[in-house]
Amino acid sequence: MIAEFGLVALWLAAALAGLQLLAGFLAARDGGSATAEGLALLVRPAAVVQALLCIASFLTLIYLFAVTDLSVKLVATSSHSDKPMIFKIAGAWGQHEGSMLLWVTVMAASGGLIALIERRLPERTMLATLAAQAFVGLGFYAFLLFSSNPFERLNPAPAEGAGLNPLLQDIGLAFHPPTLYFGYVGLSVAFSFVVGALLTRQVTPEFARVMRPWVLGAWIFLTIGITAGSYWAYYELGWGGWWFWDPVENASLMPWLAATALLHSASVLAARDALRAWTVMLGVVAFSMSMVGTFLVRSGILTSVHAFAVDPERGSFILALLTLYIGGALVLFALRANTVAEGERFSIMSREGALVINNVALSAILGIVLLGTLYPLLTEAFDVRVSVGPPYFNPVGAIFFLPMLAVLAVGPLLRWRKDSFARIKLPVAIVGAVFVAVLVLVLALADIGILPLLGLALSVAVAIASFQPMMGRSLRRLPLAVWGMVIAHFGVAVALFGMASDTAFQQERLVAANVGDVVEVGSWEARLDAVTPVSGPNWTAIEARMKLSYDGGAEREARPQARSFWSPPQETSEVALLTRWNGQLYVAIGNQAQDGRWQLRLWWKPFVTFIWYGGLLIALGGVLALIGRVATDVRRRVAAGKIAQRKAEEAS
Amino acid sequence: MRKLLVLILLAIAVPLAAQDSLPPAPYAYQQLDDPALEAKATELMHTLRCLTCQSQSIADSDAPMAGDMRHQVRTRILAGEEPEEIRAWLVDRYGDYISYSPEVSSTTWPLFAIPVLILLGVAFILRGRLRGAK
Repeated sequence: MIAEFGLVALWLAAALAGLQLLAGFLAARDGGSATAEGLALLVRPAAVVQALLCIASFLTLIYLFAVTDLSVKLVATSSHSDKPMIFKIAGAWGQHEGSMLLWVTVMAASGGLIALIERRLPERTMLATLAAQAFVGLGFYAFLLFSSNPFERLNPAPAEGAGLNPLLQDIGLAFHPPTLYFGYVGLSVAFSFVVGALLTRQVTPEFARVMRPWVLGAWIFLTIGITAGSYWAYYELGWGGWWFWDPVENASLMPWLAATALLHSASVLAARDALRAWTVMLGVVAFSMSMVGTFLVRSGILTSVHAFAVDPERGSFILALLTLYIGGALVLFALRANTVAEGERFSIMSREGALVINNVALSAILGIVLLGTLYPLLTEAFDVRVSVGPPYFNPVGAIFFLPMLAVLAVGPLLRWRKDSFARIKLPVAIVGAVFVAVLVLVLALADIGILPLLGLALSVAVAIASFQPMMGRSLRRLPLAVWGMVIAHFGVAVALFGMASDTAFQQERLVAANVGDVVEVGSWEARLDAVTPVSGPNWTAIEARMKLSYDGGAEREARPQARSFWSPPQETSEVALLTRWNGQLYVAIGNQAQDGRWQLRLWWKPFVTFIWYGGLLIALGGVLALIGRVATDVRRRVAAGKIAQRKAEEAS
Repeated sequence: MRKLLVLILLAIAVPLAAQDSLPPAPYAYQQLDDPALEAKATELMHTLRCLTCQSQSIADSDAPMAGDMRHQVRTRILAGEEPEEIRAWLVDRYGDYISYSPEVSSTTWPLFAIPVLILLGVAFILRGRLRGAK
């Protein structure tokens, strides 16, 4: 009965989305007439009720997982009554159907939120936006209800569930996919605003200001999602890598790149009424990339093009949605592009000029990642298998990334519209000098590759440059959005420093050790004290007990494990991480060799943690900017309310 | 002639070693003593795909096949082979798919042509923007 309640709520929500689409579209088309006015009244409530129904449906699914209702097929195939409670609940969105329901729920909730509070744009634009939102939503409802029903029953119910992939039984991973989904959904809201603005010819600075918090929010979630995903891969896979240019990673990186570009161009549009068509185009691209990402991850095409061909239902569905949305948006863009005037002009030596370079570089990187990700799939379809990996992405991406960083160091110092180089000569000279100094210093002291070398020098230069916009300004009066920019740019430098440092200076030791042996790696000494079997709720493991000290300092303990889960059977590596301010020691235990020695893997990774600190700083910068923007908006609303009140009092 | 014999033996050894029941090859989980050679081997291993994993290099995987390939790479580096020779040998055996570092060939030229086009496109857009601004 409970499962059916969830399903009914979902159908009702889908029906309301249909109503929202029709009413919104008709009302936006023939605005002014009496019927249109009547229809317009339906749109916002439809969005709000739809949001509530979806939330109810999703809570139902969580309940079913919490009580392990095995008569529901999804619970039976992906959960198990022995699992810890937190993973039972997280299991609700740990597989395809549940994660799509989560997606739809977040999307409906966002739609409900804009219907409830957003009143800055002309009402016709809002109606068109909500209609577009419902249009996108309907596709996902159809997908969910026709090909991925999460509430499907199983008769007879099995005695026990089939369990969940133990690799996924990890608290980080339980929250990783939802984080990315929040990002994807935020981009879909931005997309709806773009379609609404195009349909009603309202590509204005006000439109950019309304859309910006959603892009910012999406971007924050994507940043956190990518950072967390990278850290997860780092400690879970057991070999110390933190980025593999894996298609799944690229699927999350591509929307991030597009969102980053969109964020910056929307700022230009909001502040200066320039880059109108470009911003609209990026809005379409950003959402397209999140759809491409979903398609890549959800269709099974990544395991093999042929696996996709065997069971193409889901993949085809997403592909059809993708074509429909993106194709439709591009046609709309082509039809309306000529009515979107170019906007204000500006000189290259200006904030806008720097942001254009940023946008073009980000788009180029996006193009390369897209190419490198899709190309092997394309050739595989013709039975030619090629691999595209780090040796391709790193140098080709760097061609655009490194110059972009140089512009990032200078751009925030420039004024809008027109500026002169003479005015910013001094700070630029300082940054340039720092760059050269670090370059020479590293070159003299160490023999490292060209990319890490440039990365190190640029990261230090950008770190200093990121604080320069604050010079000569009162810190207390500095807007929160500027703080956000400074911190996010600083985060880029920090992350880059971590990547370059780890790539250049990491030390690796792979040994077979007896109990009592001492292993050295970098400045660390590690002693293997014992190896013992241990067990947990659904696994057994071999655990190494080790004592380690850095540079002869105090001893610290590490207990890496090699775990075996039994339902379903799978081996994982639980590594031990010893963190210092200047890096992390990474210890993993492998199998026992024939002669009774244990395989140990140790890495000393200088400043590797900076990668994720940097990611978090970038996200923090985004949060500050978002708070700043929303607070400004709220203040404006309060002020506008007061003025309206006073006028009303004067009139009476 | 001896080199050839070693190669033949290795070729026979690979499928044998791929069986899980056999002890893992010694260099699968052990480094070469010479740090310079080990660095060479590591760099190469990071650019070879583990065929039985999903999107991992042989330097990042616990899979038995990755272990055997690490052993192969280290043994060959120790025998004095150059990394690119080893890559060529592996590509010859397993196809282009095994190498993460695509070479310009009849099947992969777009991977290199398109970035050049993007670069030209970037130059064109920027020039247009900058010209128009003056």
